[in-house]
Amino acid sequence: MTDTTTRALIPLPLAAARALVLVGGIATIVSAFLAWTWTSEFPGDLTITGYPGGLQWLTLIAGVLVTVFALSAYGVPGLGWLIPARNNAPLVLTAIGAFGVTWYTIISIAAELGGLANLEPGGWVAAIASLLPVIGAFALPEPHTESTKDNLKAYIAKPENIPAPAPLSPWLERAVITVATIIGLAVFTYGIDTEYGELFVGFLIVVVFAVWALHTAGLMDRFSRIVAHNRSFTLAMGFAAAIAFPFTQTDDHYANIGVNILIFGTVALGLNIVVGLAGLLDLGYVAFLGVGAYTAALVSGSEFSRFSGVHFPFWAAALAGAAASLIFGVLIGAPTLRLRGDYLAIVTLGFGEIFRIAVNNMDGESGPDITNGPNGIPSIPDLNFFGFNLGEAHDIAGFTIGRFANYYLLMVLIMALVVLVYTRAADSRIGRSWIAIREDETAATAMGINGFRVKLIAFALGAALAGLAGTVSAHVTYSVVPTPYQFAGSTPPNSAFLLAAVVLGGMGTVAGPILGAALLYLLPEKLVFLQDKSLLAFGIALILLMRFRPEGIIANRRRQLEFHETGQLDVPDTTTLSGEPAAVTKAGA
Amino acid sequence: MSTMTTETTPVLEARNVTMRFGGLTAVRSVDFTVNAGEIVGLIGPNGAGKTTFFNCLTGLYVPTEGTVSYQGTVLPPKPHLVTKAGIARTFQNIRLFANMTVLENVLVGRHTRTKEGLWSALLRGPGFKKAEKASEERAMELLEFIGLEAKRDHLARNLPYGEQRKLEIARALASEPGLLLLDEPTAGMNPQETRATEELVFAIRDKGIAVLLIEHDMRFVFNLSDRVAVLVQGEKLVEGTSEVVQADERVIAAYLGEPFEGDPGAAETAEVDAAEAGTTSTKGEAQ
Ligand SMILES: Nc1ncnc2c1ncn2[C@@H]1O[C@H](COP(=O)(O)OP(=O)(O)OP(=O)(O)O)[C@@H](O)[C@H]1O
Ligand SMILES: [Mg+2]
Repeated sequence: MTDTTTRALIPLPLAAARALVLVGGIATIVSAFLAWTWTSEFPGDLTITGYPGGLQWLTLIAGVLVTVFALSAYGVPGLGWLIPARNNAPLVLTAIGAFGVTWYTIISIAAELGGLANLEPGGWVAAIASLLPVIGAFALPEPHTESTKDNLKAYIAKPENIPAPAPLSPWLERAVITVATIIGLAVFTYGIDTEYGELFVGFLIVVVFAVWALHTAGLMDRFSRIVAHNRSFTLAMGFAAAIAFPFTQTDDHYANIGVNILIFGTVALGLNIVVGLAGLLDLGYVAFLGVGAYTAALVSGSEFSRFSGVHFPFWAAALAGAAASLIFGVLIGAPTLRLRGDYLAIVTLGFGEIFRIAVNNMDGESGPDITNGPNGIPSIPDLNFFGFNLGEAHDIAGFTIGRFANYYLLMVLIMALVVLVYTRAADSRIGRSWIAIREDETAATAMGINGFRVKLIAFALGAALAGLAGTVSAHVTYSVVPTPYQFAGSTPPNSAFLLAAVVLGGMGTVAGPILGAALLYLLPEKLVFLQDKSLLAFGIALILLMRFRPEGIIANRRRQLEFHETGQLDVPDTTTLSGEPAAVTKAGA
Repeated sequence: MSTMTTETTPVLEARNVTMRFGGLTAVRSVDFTVNAGEIVGLIGPNGAGKTTFFNCLTGLYVPTEGTVSYQGTVLPPKPHLVTKAGIARTFQNIRLFANMTVLENVLVGRHTRTKEGLWSALLRGPGFKKAEKASEERAMELLEFIGLEAKRDHLARNLPYGEQRKLEIARALASEPGLLLLDEPTAGMNPQETRATEELVFAIRDKGIAVLLIEHDMRFVFNLSDRVAVLVQGEKLVEGTSEVVQADERVIAAYLGEPFEGDPGAAETAEVDAAEAGTTSTKGEAQ
């Protein structure tokens, strides 16, 4: 360990720096109540003094976060728990978040309305107020070295040795999970309900920096520890929150977004079995969604179906879709799973395209008359469970639950089933053999694992789950056509997006692919101005992510285990495969 | 070659095993037997074909010629079937499942001795829970046996080197083998660890498991082995008790090089017993 001096990037006395953060935070809050522009042409109406609108709410929330963390850093009693790591990074990050969202708003106003003249004095106040905490935060002392990069990094670093928390009572732990779930639902709902792109961008800025700040403060670690104690309670809460979502919505349009996210997320979770657990790179996975959707479309009583007389009840159609996907998965998997790595990826890519092109041609002219070719199968009737028509709006306990909300609730059940399948399969003999294959296929076969067999099971299971999601998706969209089932496109689902959702969210986790799917669905949906550049934007985003957080947004528990569960310094065993075989302490209890 | 003529039954019988990679014959017509309850050492200079021979025994390579039988039945050259039959192994370059925990590594080793498939994992009946619990108990016993029970939840890749080697042995033992193949179990270990490994191998033998080990640490091999075989350039040169092998000058020649007949041209066509020039290193620390 070299001796490092601590010095701030911006030379200010410590007291002044801290005060600047706090005062800036409060000023940011206040500035959200001012009028930032003179016309309500800029969406959200930022013209009213005394009441925040649109993006000003986000500035307000970001300012509150800055203030609260600043108070905690001051050692205000009762707020100490906010920064278990006792570091400055949460201050820095929340300050940047507040600065980011405020300046983004100001610049958007100037850009969209044509010039800085459109800013009211309140806008200038907000711009300056939100700059203060950033200056203050970077004036806090941090370890100083030669390299500027390391100096900057020190400001957003999460310390390694965060003191272990005092144990909470089980009741308190559950209360924490409940509160976190409610906040999570509120944040998620807010994100889905954002009405214009600017608001969504601002939302992302605030959320990203807030979550990052909570992470560096050590709160995320504490929370996951609590979650680890209460797995089933957390799952139940998550499930309850998912069900609660449509009841918070007044517009069925947002339920439509919700159901599409769920379909996309379910398929991503299925893909996670194949990619995340078994380590098989499948680039044609969306075809299984297509097989399920087409199967359901054919047997659900659409008059345009080749089998228009056939009208299976939903459970039978769902089983048929899953089974057809499974068979398709086995047919594709059996010859290809003997390949490893890149070869498998190329072959699955090919098979995925074959599916799309085949259904595109099975129109009775260039092929057998099965799928109506590019016209697809329209007019798929809505589902009907015991007289409860999912196509109609219903009033439940005073809430109006529209068509998409009905399907959303159905999809919640299916996703719960898929989550159950995923977690149970992962934590079992077969799941361990998948992971073993992913880690080292040669060693795995030498341990008695029939590699081909377990890979085929993973492939088939993943396919069946995607097929199941496809059967619902056929009903939600009324019709199925070949175009969505392609390798890459600018809107989900397609194989590239599915893979991106898994990788971005975090391979091998449950929440990761769902979060990744939500993000990847919402981004093109909300950021209409990106349009044809959205693929480029995603490419850049993915590259950045792989550079700075290759394990995805949500890290696998295994990776977290790299640090001791107990966080205690029992053995200095940082020596790993590459390390020198140093003198080893015996692992006596 | 002289073997111990006792009434012990052979667990492993390799007949005429030959492995060619294109023009290179890495293993040439090797006959080899391991009897129940034996510890057999396999030594030879670097590149002699020892690891290749192991790979032929365990089905990772399909031998160009010859057969391998375990307890009288010929083994198919499929690694998972070989393990199922009762031969487990470790690797010269440690091949643990790096991102799995210590316990999970051992549980994977139990794969062939358990049979819960996907359905029972999804339905989680009482049978599944019982089997998982039994597997875990068995795995913990093995971790206690090698002294890693306190680190059950650590990631394999975070273990120190010596413990990784031990864990690999525990993982292999989890498949309840009748024969354990160890490929350089002490490579990279310090003297204390090597001694501990020696005791570990004896303890494994005392469980009734025959052990075949490749090793470059001569003291270790000769201390442990009931019998030692020497492989040179793919051929079995000598086989016998430690004393016999240590005294054989062909072995010394193979390791140190022939002092006088070092004519490379002649070496090409040298007879089986003639030691070859060219293998100069005395101790390999392949990692
Ligand atoms: N897959 C392969 N393809 C081609 N040649 C191979 C292959 N595997 C091994 N060989 C060659 O076979 C010969 C024997 O190698 P092997 O690894 O079996 O030696 P070894 O006795 O285990 O040596 P060491 O003591 O260094 O581990 C070497 O010349 C090696 O290059
Ligand atoms: Mg070798």
